Amino acid sequence: MKTLNIIETAYRATLEEQDDPVVWIIHAMKGAGAEQGVVLRANAVNYAVKAQGVPPLAFGARRQQQGPHLAEAVGGLVGKGVAVYVVSDDLTERGLQGEELIGGLKPVRKTDLPALCSGYDRVWHW
Amino acid sequence: MKGKKTLTFLLMDAPFENARTTTALRLIDIAARRGYDINVFAYEGAVYLPFAAQKQHANAVHGHDVVQEDHPLPREWVEAVVQEAAKNGGRVDWVNCGLCVDERGATDAVAGVRRGSPADFWKMATSSDNTLVIATK
Amino acid sequence: MADYLMIESRDPFDSSDVANFLALAEGLSKAGNAVTLFLVQNGVLPARHGARSAPLAVLAANGVEVLADSFSLSERGISANRLIPGIKAAPLDLVVDRLAAGCRALWH
Repeated sequence: MKTLNIIETAYRATLEEQDDPVVWIIHAMKGAGAEQGVVLRANAVNYAVKAQGVPPLAFGARRQQQGPHLAEAVGGLVGKGVAVYVVSDDLTERGLQGEELIGGLKPVRKTDLPALCSGYDRVWHW
Repeated sequence: MKGKKTLTFLLMDAPFENARTTTALRLIDIAARRGYDINVFAYEGAVYLPFAAQKQHANAVHGHDVVQEDHPLPREWVEAVVQEAAKNGGRVDWVNCGLCVDERGATDAVAGVRRGSPADFWKMATSSDNTLVIATK
Repeated sequence: MADYLMIESRDPFDSSDVANFLALAEGLSKAGNAVTLFLVQNGVLPARHGARSAPLAVLAANGVEVLADSFSLSERGISANRLIPGIKAAPLDLVVDRLAAGCRALWH
């Protein structure tokens, strides 16, 4: 069963979870043998930006040790052989250009999405 | 009577935060009344839906005591749909994502809820007639 | 070709991402798939004739079945005679029907 995961929401609880929970579960399902593809759209296209990152959070004396590494997490999916598509219209709207992004992504236009969906058995929207 | 089906739902929202929770439970209830087999993978805040320590309260703004207010508790709704499915020849397999439970301290769930992992969700999704992911925002 | 059930729970007054989801519904329909757009929760708000209704009317006119959860409509005081042409009220049971029938289901 091939599943396409369309990820739209971004930066929700990523600091507390030290990851994006949707990208994370896709990694976990890949580990369980799932055959998947990913589309980054809307604000989630920003996960492809190489230069993102924050210093660890600190509250009083409690300092975070492991911050989120979202571009690396997305790149990790590419490294595991997951097809990761990014909606180019949404990149443009957000002022993002190719050289700012991690490698291995497959740009698609919004209008390509229906055809992309047809190549999968299930489409889940996050 | 409609033919028996198996449906899987992935939920992410904590209770009392969003209308997605009640819509999801309405869908699960409809499936339970039909006697379907229903898998629920509770991810992130949704692990609080069957949290056993939920408690009703009075409501001074409404002028109600605890009994009069009869405040809904999602854990009771979870128990109710589990019972409804069983009554109609189906079952609900409710799995709380274990890591999500740990980080939230939501270990105390009502009876019938088990701990699991994303591998369980994938197994549910591949063995059911359909899967609906209701993600949070 | 496949059957799609696109469930829209959000409204365009609150989120500009709704436009993308409706555009996907339209694209899937134009590609020859059978598409049902099921509005639920605040997603039913633009079903009442108003400033943001036009995209739904266009979808309905172009072959997408556009339905609105009767419970959500009632919750928001939207009566049948206030719905824009082409949208019908439907019970949430329909979503379970379509899931059971194997429709590809996307929730937004």
